[in-house]
Amino acid sequence: VSDLFQRIGLSEPLAGFLAAFIAGFLIIFGFLLVSAIFSVWLERKVAARIQDRLGPTRVGGKFGWLQTLADGLKLLCKEDLVPKDADHVLFRIGPYVALASTALAFIVLPFGNGVVPVDLNVAVFFMLAVMSTEIFGVILGGYGSGSKWAVFGAMREAAQIVSYEVPMAICVLVPVIVAGTMKLSTFGKDQSGFFWNWYVFHDPFTFATFWTYFACATASCKRAPFDLAEAESELVAGFHTEYSGFRWLIFFMAEYGSMVAVSGIAILLFLGGWNTGLLWFDPAQLLYDWTGEQTIGWFLGNLLLNVPVFIAKCYLLVFVMMWVRWTLPRLRIDQVMMTCLKYFLPISCFLLLGVSVWQVGLAPWTPWFKYPMALACVGLFVAMVVKAVRTPSTLPVAGLSGMWNVPAPKYEMVRKP
Amino acid sequence: MTLQAFLFYIIAGLTGLCAISVVVTQNIVRAAAWLLFTLAGVAGILFMLGANFVGATQLLVYVGGTLVLVVFGVMLTAQGPFITMKTGAAEWGISTVVGLLLYGVLAVALLTKPMNFGPEKEVQQEMTSTTTLGESLMSIDGATPKANLTGVPGEKQRTAVGYLLPFEIVSVHLLVVLIGAAYLARAKRRRQTESRQLAPRVEASTRGAS
Repeated sequence: VSDLFQRIGLSEPLAGFLAAFIAGFLIIFGFLLVSAIFSVWLERKVAARIQDRLGPTRVGGKFGWLQTLADGLKLLCKEDLVPKDADHVLFRIGPYVALASTALAFIVLPFGNGVVPVDLNVAVFFMLAVMSTEIFGVILGGYGSGSKWAVFGAMREAAQIVSYEVPMAICVLVPVIVAGTMKLSTFGKDQSGFFWNWYVFHDPFTFATFWTYFACATASCKRAPFDLAEAESELVAGFHTEYSGFRWLIFFMAEYGSMVAVSGIAILLFLGGWNTGLLWFDPAQLLYDWTGEQTIGWFLGNLLLNVPVFIAKCYLLVFVMMWVRWTLPRLRIDQVMMTCLKYFLPISCFLLLGVSVWQVGLAPWTPWFKYPMALACVGLFVAMVVKAVRTPSTLPVAGLSGMWNVPAPKYEMVRKP
Repeated sequence: MTLQAFLFYIIAGLTGLCAISVVVTQNIVRAAAWLLFTLAGVAGILFMLGANFVGATQLLVYVGGTLVLVVFGVMLTAQGPFITMKTGAAEWGISTVVGLLLYGVLAVALLTKPMNFGPEKEVQQEMTSTTTLGESLMSIDGATPKANLTGVPGEKQRTAVGYLLPFEIVSVHLLVVLIGAAYLARAKRRRQTESRQLAPRVEASTRGAS
């Protein structure tokens, strides 16, 4: 692409810049779009299976793969509405502010060994900072809608996010203290090897921090049980009550994008980044060290192993968020604030203090903790999977024609005496 | 024109336009939205200069914190759907004079110094590490900038000046502000309960007034 621009007559740095701009734009927005489409499908499927339904089954084969594409097409064809009483400028700007901040977060997120657009040395901090501006889009959209439901949703959102940002940032500091850096690519490289090298097993405090961080991150993505901003049982749809069509779509792209982004931070800070945890080496790093440059082996190692592993891990956490959403009831707004200010904030401060003490005084004890903890966790995980698999599953009672390869149940006439 | 300069002029121009919009617009929340773009533009310039930490802090503190609180306050206190500020001619005059004076001071300060900065100069792309910043914040010797101390003669004049003391002073100041805010918020409630016990009529009249 750079050559093409140079042939048109642009100077070399400008052509390079434009090429990088277009490539980055295409990659990041392409990823956001595809991940949003996949996440919406996953969300519907997960919700359906948890509620003992089937979910989408018709569009695109047996599993309804293309359901979201059809939905997206429908949304694009919808009439582009701006309510009469809305503040037109704010109403239009809102979704784009939300999406832009989420997309910006991805430029410092490493997907593999060296697979990162900008390898910033304050990457974690940058991601937190950029993602904190996402709520501004929500607030502008909610306020600009000129609807009381939207204003209530936006107000709750503002209060909730400003509060949850504090424990979330403190939780991020804990692995930063352990690793001694804020550079996300270094986090990935430091945790290569077997899974007991992951920072979540480093000491008791990082282990507890992971769960605290994940709860705060769920809240900061305004996901259930903290989705008070769009509580449909009381506020119609919260901040996006007045939105429809394309702008609504953009809000949802931003929400699913930020879910993947906070999961990516969690994966890199605690769960070993792009490393599988089952190999004692990182293939891409090995080939990089061997040849001394980013060769085809490094490229393949990343493409075939690291990047898929990272994305799969991200989606594992996204799946947990969905699981939580369709399992737990929504909190009340005062309970949401209380959970943050009375519980998460003191807990995260204590964990920060604890990990500092551990790093200063108890660091030699780390091996005594990490091997048993890692093995115990993996053992528990395997035991749960085995139990889930071995428990006989029950098919839906009433057969849906064409969906299940089971004979339709025979209904017997009950004779009345 | 180099790429750096090209990008700088685009971002700076947009930031300036947004800054003018902040002043000109009468709708408070719209002004906040323009302020968001202004601050984001300044952060963008900081990123361009390689000051990633400062840029991210700018976004986190001003956009994610302060600006959200501004809009939050507007939403909590607004009586109507969209509040606008009517600015009188006198206020326009005074603020124009003050603004022009400030601009003059800055312009003179810039122009009297030799121009050894600006977009044409090559900037360092990225700081190698933030470790230096952290160490100088903790007043670790060797990392902190050297400065002249007044009243210390001879060799020992240049000495390390850490940021620990200013940092502590600022944090104590913020603590005082927090306690003061909490005290004010509590005191009002206590007065209301007292007045309710002593004189129900007075309480009813104040409720009507408020």
